[in-house]
Amino acid sequence: MCIRAARSFRTFRVSSPLQDALDQLADRIRDAAARRVLLRIRGGGTKDFYGRPATGEILDTRTYCGIVDYEPTELVITGRAGTPLEDIESAMQGHGQMLAFEPPRFGSGSTLGGTIASGLSGPRRAYAGAARDFVLGVRMLDGKGTDLSFGGRVMKNVAGYDVSRLMAGTLGTLGVLTEISLKVLPRPPAELTLRQERSQGEAIGLMNTWAGKPYPITASAHAGSELYVRLSGAEPAVRAARLKLGGEEIVDGAAYWDALRDHRLPFFAARPLWRLSVKSTTPPLGAGGEQVVEWGGALRWISGSTRPDEVRAAAAQAGGHATLFRGDGASGDVFQPLTLPLQKLHRRLKDTFDPQGILNRGRMYADW
Amino acid sequence: MSAVIDATPVNLSRQRDIAAALRTFLPAACVLFEREDVQPYECDGLSAYRQLPMVVALPENEGEVRRILTACHDRRVPVVARGAGTGLSGGALPRGDGVLLSLSKLMRILEIDPLARTARVQPGVRNLAISEAAAQYGLYYAPDPSSQIACTIGGNVAENSGGVHCLKYGLTVHNVLRIRAISIEGEVLEIGCDALDAAGYDLLALMTGSEGMLAVVTEVTVKLLPKPECAQVVMAAFDEIEKAGTAVANVIAAGIIPAGLEMMDQAATVAVEHFVNAGYPMDVAGILLCESDGTAEEVADEVRRVEAIMEQSGATLIRVSRSDTERLRFWAGRKAAFPAVGRISPDYYCIDGTIPRKRLAEVLRRITELERKYGLRCANVFHAGDGNLHPLILYDASKPGELERTEQFGGEILEFSIEVGGTITGEHGVGVEKINQMCVQFKAAELETFHAVKRAFDEHGLLNPGKAVPTLSRCAEFGRMHVHTGGEKFPDLPRF
Repeated sequence: MCIRAARSFRTFRVSSPLQDALDQLADRIRDAAARRVLLRIRGGGTKDFYGRPATGEILDTRTYCGIVDYEPTELVITGRAGTPLEDIESAMQGHGQMLAFEPPRFGSGSTLGGTIASGLSGPRRAYAGAARDFVLGVRMLDGKGTDLSFGGRVMKNVAGYDVSRLMAGTLGTLGVLTEISLKVLPRPPAELTLRQERSQGEAIGLMNTWAGKPYPITASAHAGSELYVRLSGAEPAVRAARLKLGGEEIVDGAAYWDALRDHRLPFFAARPLWRLSVKSTTPPLGAGGEQVVEWGGALRWISGSTRPDEVRAAAAQAGGHATLFRGDGASGDVFQPLTLPLQKLHRRLKDTFDPQGILNRGRMYADW
Repeated sequence: MSAVIDATPVNLSRQRDIAAALRTFLPAACVLFEREDVQPYECDGLSAYRQLPMVVALPENEGEVRRILTACHDRRVPVVARGAGTGLSGGALPRGDGVLLSLSKLMRILEIDPLARTARVQPGVRNLAISEAAAQYGLYYAPDPSSQIACTIGGNVAENSGGVHCLKYGLTVHNVLRIRAISIEGEVLEIGCDALDAAGYDLLALMTGSEGMLAVVTEVTVKLLPKPECAQVVMAAFDEIEKAGTAVANVIAAGIIPAGLEMMDQAATVAVEHFVNAGYPMDVAGILLCESDGTAEEVADEVRRVEAIMEQSGATLIRVSRSDTERLRFWAGRKAAFPAVGRISPDYYCIDGTIPRKRLAEVLRRITELERKYGLRCANVFHAGDGNLHPLILYDASKPGELERTEQFGGEILEFSIEVGGTITGEHGVGVEKINQMCVQFKAAELETFHAVKRAFDEHGLLNPGKAVPTLSRCAEFGRMHVHTGGEKFPDLPRF
């Protein structure tokens, strides 16, 4: 487990458990590359379900962990990839700050590395930005075991290609993240959640209309026949907006958004579960069974059996893409197929970072 | 830094060959090669570097862009894409053996979708023109680089441009949904989509800020935001620059993310005040401008809190804009900082490092020492909210040696920025200007990765070659390879 001795690290000079942990990760990769053995990168394993099943020896990233630096007034936190997300969030809690992309926690073991490698974001995403938007820098080991750093710990940095943001959502196929610097934001002083009866079509219309007005909205969702909206900001601003938007204030608003974020609402237990990322104004999609709408209309969760090709076609028609977020056991493709020119670029990037093709092979697309 | 980069005479047969090839599908007026015709393209906003292009091509649509790239690819002719040419790092500096691809004629706003809050535009559309077109819907495009009346969205994507509001509203990378680009091989790349994310790798992030080295952008879909209901700015003056720095940290610690948070030191403040009479006090070490925007209730609440923080942080003078006219007057000073400095000195050279804010006082002290060392003055303007420092070194290019001293001065500031944990460029890009400092910021293996990423898009290295990423041999020549080997980049990291 994580060695909680971050403050004393500087006293180590010659050898330390942490340096050993990093060296071991690099050695494992170099060795695997030499033997062409596949590696399956794993943190807490809470997202094992996500993506295509990858095979290979497990490379456990949790040995390299701990917060490296957290300076609240700089709005930056740097942590080792194996650090439990819980540790990161609780460190920030004390300073009234947060990861504004609200990464989902599918279990208590989620790590910082897995959070960024999966690139998933929660309810605040449409209003504050995605995981990739908050990545400022990464340190990583590529498929040759080379220790590389990109980006940094400052807000603005355009030196070199933005390899650090590229890493968000690559599912470990380009490298093993070892340290990540993220921009953090203050928690809003006041927050409330409004609920009103609306059909999905009405809700999508309202979400888009409201997003075009200067209201302090930070989350929106439609489930069943109810539209939920979260308002955040200064107390008087939140109160004023409440009158304009209408609806009843619910008492346990924070709990609702947490349950949505972490997929603990009963809806998310259904299999298969499709995630459709679409243009926000897309009218209700016909496919599938029950649906949940998030992100101002830009994210549609669809449960129940549907024909994959139909779901993908509907998502593409709506300007976006579909992911088989949780399958029903049948193996198959998870992510929307890429156009030929993009497939070519992906393969070339994979060859650049992981020439032996050993890292999380097949996790994203079947042949690499 | 002043000289023409490559004085080799143009290879006339190559020039004739590529010009003739381009004229098979472009009107003669859109393929330029006479000296007087190509001269306007010899530099971008960093005019110290000049180079006449072999040929200038002016396509009017994406199909022509594609054919130009294919023609250049087939003949292995380098291509440098250019928007309005306002860039400050020589990113659009032409090649004497290449085609300068001007995208200025691709200037149509193709679609504004007010309900989805997006605009789909061609790359030659000016940044401000997007906000102007969106204004009728109460929307605007947030990134506002100081050159926004002239710079194009294509250039903004190439440089990942920011602006004074980017702490709250993000950089170009945070405000672009989708781009359509043409590879050097002439393939159409659809990157990103109309949704908030896309399948596969985040090539949108990779393309943004890639300085025209990966593909040529032909269409951009940007996000539009609702215009804030109102805005107010607090101006605070300090008798010590450290206090101003502490005030910035205190604002952030209080949980406030201002719409803008700018600092100017005394030299900059005085130059500006003489120039535009913005109402700044001149007998102070520096001033802060802190803008709040949002609903009337939000702004009132935030301004009250900011005022209190400025007072507690030791401000000697605090003023809050009481009207939009006054707010714009306060900003006019900050926005006129570069031209104001241009008035008090024959030439100035703008540096673009970003530093952790907590190291500001230290960096400013170092700059003062360097002013003495090089015998040159420096005025400092600072995007204090996000740590992006713009020292403006004052010099006179007509005095022998002064330009070279300026360049060394700037180089030392950038290297110190790296040493304190920052970066050599926050928003202007590397271009040709900061290419040597890239050897200090990155290790050989990292630079090699950048080159490999470029090869993945552009196998023969034809798109904007020689910019942004130095070759390892260049670093060896510069003599800085491995000097800092990452250690100072993460100063708080344990080193064993």
